[in-house]
Amino acid sequence: MDIFIQQIINGLVLGSIYALVALGYTMVYGILGLINFAHGEVVMIGALTALTAIGLLLPAGLPGPMLVLAGLLIAIPVCMAVGFTVERIAYRPLRHAPRLAPLITAIGVSIVLQQLAMIGWGRNYHTFPALLPTAPHQFAGAAITDLQIIIVLTAAVLMAGLVWLVNRTRLGRAMRATAENPAVARLMGVDVDRVISFTFVLGSALAAVAGVMVAANYSIAHYAMGFMLGLKAFTAAVLGGIGNLGGAMLGGLLLGIIESLAAGYIGDLTGGFLGSHYKDVFAFFVLILVLVFRPSGLMGEKVAERA
Amino acid sequence: MLEVAGLQVHYGGIAAVKGIDLHVAAGEKVALIGANGAGKTSTLKAIARMLPARGSVKLQGEDIAHAAPHALVRRGLALVPEGRGVFARLSVLENLEMGAYSRTDRAQILADIERVFALLPRLKERATQTAGTLSGGEQQMVAIGRALMSRPRILLLDEPSMGLSPIMVDTVFDVIREVAREGVTLLLVEQNARLALSLCDRGYVMDSGRVTLEAPSAALLDNPAVRAAYLGE
Repeated sequence: MDIFIQQIINGLVLGSIYALVALGYTMVYGILGLINFAHGEVVMIGALTALTAIGLLLPAGLPGPMLVLAGLLIAIPVCMAVGFTVERIAYRPLRHAPRLAPLITAIGVSIVLQQLAMIGWGRNYHTFPALLPTAPHQFAGAAITDLQIIIVLTAAVLMAGLVWLVNRTRLGRAMRATAENPAVARLMGVDVDRVISFTFVLGSALAAVAGVMVAANYSIAHYAMGFMLGLKAFTAAVLGGIGNLGGAMLGGLLLGIIESLAAGYIGDLTGGFLGSHYKDVFAFFVLILVLVFRPSGLMGEKVAERA
Repeated sequence: MLEVAGLQVHYGGIAAVKGIDLHVAAGEKVALIGANGAGKTSTLKAIARMLPARGSVKLQGEDIAHAAPHALVRRGLALVPEGRGVFARLSVLENLEMGAYSRTDRAQILADIERVFALLPRLKERATQTAGTLSGGEQQMVAIGRALMSRPRILLLDEPSMGLSPIMVDTVFDVIREVAREGVTLLLVEQNARLALSLCDRGYVMDSGRVTLEAPSAALLDNPAVRAAYLGE
């Protein structure tokens, strides 16, 4: 088995998930200039909600993929409601506060959501049932499962849909106008508060899907799973250029691949001194490199604005 | 059309507008002139609900002083903001479509885009370019065209000549004149008093947050105090 191709495949799967989460960070940052550190927790709530829903539906005897779909369809609205509520009660009152206040609030919201999840779902790791086919297909000397294919394709479809929404619809145009100049967008008749709410709801829906993907991919869900995932996705957003949709997608995929390659080769490169569980180091090493050498990210651009 | 009474604007304890009255009749062209910092922009922003203010603002007899800012465009008020405020990352066409955001009559919107292109041919050439790549004068045209896309009954213009070359100023003012000829009521804020008064029927002079003079344009152009203070004579 070719480890290089295998790790690229794994990286694409992981990167697709990062990209979906990174989009939530980057959309909110684009419109509010806020880093919503609670976004990772929404991913976690999506995973655990789907898990609970699937557990309740299990006796109905539905086929596996249907069960996962049902779990997803329940997790999405729950996460949308969480995203909407968080913006409404935690961020909106601070809309005109100095930037540090909403940032610290975001960290606070993250802790609150995590603790609430711990109370609701307990401290234990939950096994996500293997409901999707995981039989590997051989591909260029590497293995890829149906589940992995489903994850990558679903993410691709959702991202294409998002790009279409933002670039081709009236609502998307209002989002871009609001991101650039909310006061003038309001003059045009845009209800800026609604656009902001919608942005949170949209990001949270993507987070819910990502949550189910992570849980299904690793067969596990946990109240604290959103923390590291959120940080990685944030890193991906910064890598691509925060505020930039294409950047979040590219950053997510790149980070996934970097991490997977690192996990695959680190053992050999260090003569077995460091194992694959050191892969997390690479995400943050990337973050540091980006912040030092290209703070605006790969696709971030300096636009002459508000002439 | 527009009646403002006792309008006050404060910026954290500093009074920028100290209780002014002004009115603009339907079809009228009114200039608001004055020195830098006289409170002209604050007045326009307060009317458009971009700034919190005290006092009464009536648009076509209805009180709008407490209306949601994004609801005003539906009532027929459009503002071309100071510094143009174009959406730099959106294309010219998208900027115009943003101007029609409050409308849903798709066929009419497309017809109005053509109308704006006829009025401002330069914009048609630049339709797919992002607005940030345009020159200052072209951006001003985008801002005016965008405001027209809402089919305003009253158009508020904030310093449309600012930062433009003399030739571009003439072009922009020709466009404004053409807009007024089509029956749009105008309230024009300008530092270039001569330019503004030559276009408008009537003018208000603002100084330190108060209206100090109000008269037909011809009378203001003849007024020795105005000539000395604002026309540089």
